[in-house]
Amino acid sequence: MVTSEGHPPMAAGRFAIAQAQVRNTALFVLSVLAIYALQPSTPIRHMDFWFPTTSLGLAVMVWAATALPAAGQRPFDRTFIADALALAAMVLAVAATRYADPLSSLVTRSPAPDVPAVVIALAAVAGLAMLIGRLIGPRPAWTMALVAGLIAWLILLKHEPFTQAFASALRTWQGQSAAAASALDVRWLGFSYIFFRLVSALRDRAAGRLPGMSLREFVTYVVFAPALIAGPIDRPDRFLKDLRSPFRFNLADATEGARRIATGAFKKFVVADLIAVFALNEVNAGQVRDASWMWLLVYAYAFRLYFDFSGYTDIAIGVARSFGIRLPENFNRPYLKPNLTQFWNSWHMSLAQWFRTYYFNPLTRALRTRAWAMPAIIFVGQATTMLLIGLWHGITWNFAIWGVWHGLGLFVHNRWADFARARLAIPPERRRLQQAADAVGALVTFHFVALGWVWFALPDVALSLVVFGKLFGL
Amino acid sequence: MTPDRRSVARVVAKALALFVALNLAFALANSPANGGLAALGRLSLYNALWPGRARLPYGDDPARAYNLSLYSLEAMFASHELSRGAKPADEFRVLLIGDSSTWGWLLKNEDTLAGLINAMDLTTADGRTVRAYNLGYPIMSLTKDLLLLSYAMRYQPDLIAWLVTLESFPADKQLDHPIVRHNAPVVRALIADYRLRADPNDPSFVNPSFLDGTLVGQRRALADWLRLQAYGALWGATGIDQHYPDAYEPAQRDLEPDESFKGMAPPSLPEQALAFDVLDAGIGMAAEAGVPMLIVNEPILISQGRNSHIRYNFFYPRWAYDQYREFMRRRLLPATTAGGVYYLDAWDLVPQHEFTNSAVHLTPRGSRMLAGELAARIRLISQRQGYRCPEDCGADAEAQTYNRRRFADDR
Repeated sequence: MVTSEGHPPMAAGRFAIAQAQVRNTALFVLSVLAIYALQPSTPIRHMDFWFPTTSLGLAVMVWAATALPAAGQRPFDRTFIADALALAAMVLAVAATRYADPLSSLVTRSPAPDVPAVVIALAAVAGLAMLIGRLIGPRPAWTMALVAGLIAWLILLKHEPFTQAFASALRTWQGQSAAAASALDVRWLGFSYIFFRLVSALRDRAAGRLPGMSLREFVTYVVFAPALIAGPIDRPDRFLKDLRSPFRFNLADATEGARRIATGAFKKFVVADLIAVFALNEVNAGQVRDASWMWLLVYAYAFRLYFDFSGYTDIAIGVARSFGIRLPENFNRPYLKPNLTQFWNSWHMSLAQWFRTYYFNPLTRALRTRAWAMPAIIFVGQATTMLLIGLWHGITWNFAIWGVWHGLGLFVHNRWADFARARLAIPPERRRLQQAADAVGALVTFHFVALGWVWFALPDVALSLVVFGKLFGL
Repeated sequence: MTPDRRSVARVVAKALALFVALNLAFALANSPANGGLAALGRLSLYNALWPGRARLPYGDDPARAYNLSLYSLEAMFASHELSRGAKPADEFRVLLIGDSSTWGWLLKNEDTLAGLINAMDLTTADGRTVRAYNLGYPIMSLTKDLLLLSYAMRYQPDLIAWLVTLESFPADKQLDHPIVRHNAPVVRALIADYRLRADPNDPSFVNPSFLDGTLVGQRRALADWLRLQAYGALWGATGIDQHYPDAYEPAQRDLEPDESFKGMAPPSLPEQALAFDVLDAGIGMAAEAGVPMLIVNEPILISQGRNSHIRYNFFYPRWAYDQYREFMRRRLLPATTAGGVYYLDAWDLVPQHEFTNSAVHLTPRGSRMLAGELAARIRLISQRQGYRCPEDCGADAEAQTYNRRRFADDR
């Protein structure tokens, strides 16, 4: 027997494994380089080098804290040394471009810092990783401390006064004027998504669900280039399964990947960017003359956000698919869903799934053990989950209100669904009636979501209220 | 179904064939000349989904102005309220042609000349409503004005008001503007039809190839056209079509002791250096259609600051501007006598404090002063409607008297 490509099965299997190794090495190298190449420039000197390097350092440290004996691995074996040296060599190679003038802004936006400073930083990361690996190991309390540290780091980057103070400190470190510091100086590409992956690893490790991963596999997972900027947020076990599967160039994957990339590019660069021209924003919100135009701008924002984000996701999924990695889907026609619960099962699905796994489920389990009434558990679970999702976008009143808006919406829908199930159930044979009910539900849900975007799109409560006032002729 | 190599190759081949066919069809339908999008440009969401624009699209900062500059005259006119539909029978249509002063730099639409004239609710003697349309464009070139006029003639004007200033006249600067360069075939046709002195083979003309007319070649024009449609929503929603800065640098009042004008020195301004041939072409174009034309020498800032004895303002040394006015008077008097052409020399109509950031940009109050003068002329000219030059121009005695009086006043 031979395979369809004409290779005997054993040879084909070996070939596929060899190709997977080449693919994985390529993904590792490309992802590490991409984190530098995609990082936007920053007004603070060298931070377009240090932000990506810190992301890699955090990945190494979390790996050291998670990849330990439970899987029967020896963490600091030859594979680790090879992977660590390869990673350090890449970071040093990026830093060394500063000495080759035409290349100095090839990977990074501005020339990298001095190589000796980079060597010291790498040594510090290596030392910290060793320390974490030896001291923390599988101890849950230390794991939780690392999670808390990452959350604190995220808060630092999401709360403007803190971010500004951080920018000020960075400017001082780089010998620049702290007086000119702004929260906008801290443009740390992909950290919001890196955060999720690092916390996933730590929590899965604590729960004993994390598979053993080499440093190379873990770094690839954390900074996987296609999903670095806007997700989707994959889980480590699922990602690893694809990474370790034999890989052969596959026409079906390649064409599907190309289709997703083309679809995504069209959605993002044609549809979304065009609608963005007249989507609601903080400038035009105060300029609109009457309600009908304001509704148009709100609708435009809703569709712009969908096409932009789902377009990005399509591109990420398509690129990953071309490499044989099947990233999770993030969108499934969310604006056509008949209720808010289904909306959140089809909008930024990987984010909702992440919060369900690592926050909502543990929380509701814990509350059940305390004999809370079910509606109270659901209310607290949904409201706080959505509040956290809101705050993840930025620690502002508007994002908090947006989160609570959806949390309350989900709770009300949950209660309504319970009520309606018993009293207003539509018999299966009345399909037309069900379709009509779904259509009405989709219309109501879409408008609830679209009005919620007013909080999301605007920077402050006062302006949002002005918009609501105009929308409803108040 | 898993695709095999052959089916993928078929898909790729079909896609390529479709791509080539679409590009060719687009190139055939949309000449890349005339600013591009000859056919597509006529399609517009304006006057259908969005209200038509009150002035021609122009903007350097689209995100704040909700407006942008493009080269396709078709698309520009299609977005204008002038393209709303057939001309109403009871409308006396006045088209205002000119530079940024007419367009209304830093002015809201209601404060532009067209906006103010419309707010006056003028009616003609025969009961028609005077409706002014702003076809100003913020470029100082008579050739640009002529180009726009050649398009505007489709819209059945009853009167054309052409506002000019010396800065639009230098002959060697006529083609120095992107909108002129990118509409080379039309400009060349104007050069030929009206025997203009400009060189039809001027190297600054953009001469697109056939490939430039394909979808790929016109991607920029296409993107501009799409963005123009999209910005229409914000124009409709806000009524904003330019960025109004919180503060601007006021026009210079204290001037350099520099007597030169465009490289020319006193005492005499060569008439040949000014594009009077283009002005004559515009007059001729209107006359051919039997449409009266009001030529307005627009108000300028007359400074009273340092060195104002040498210069009127940043643009004009006194000697050059005075000679320009004399040329205008001398050249237009015969035309006004022949009829169908009216001249308003409004150069000193507006006091210096009613200018904003340039020697020709008016404040709302300054604009109102000029609009009042224009309204008076429009009323006068509308009473004369019905004559056809040159046969019954002699009947236009009142207008001629007015013109002569105006000239006499100026003297």
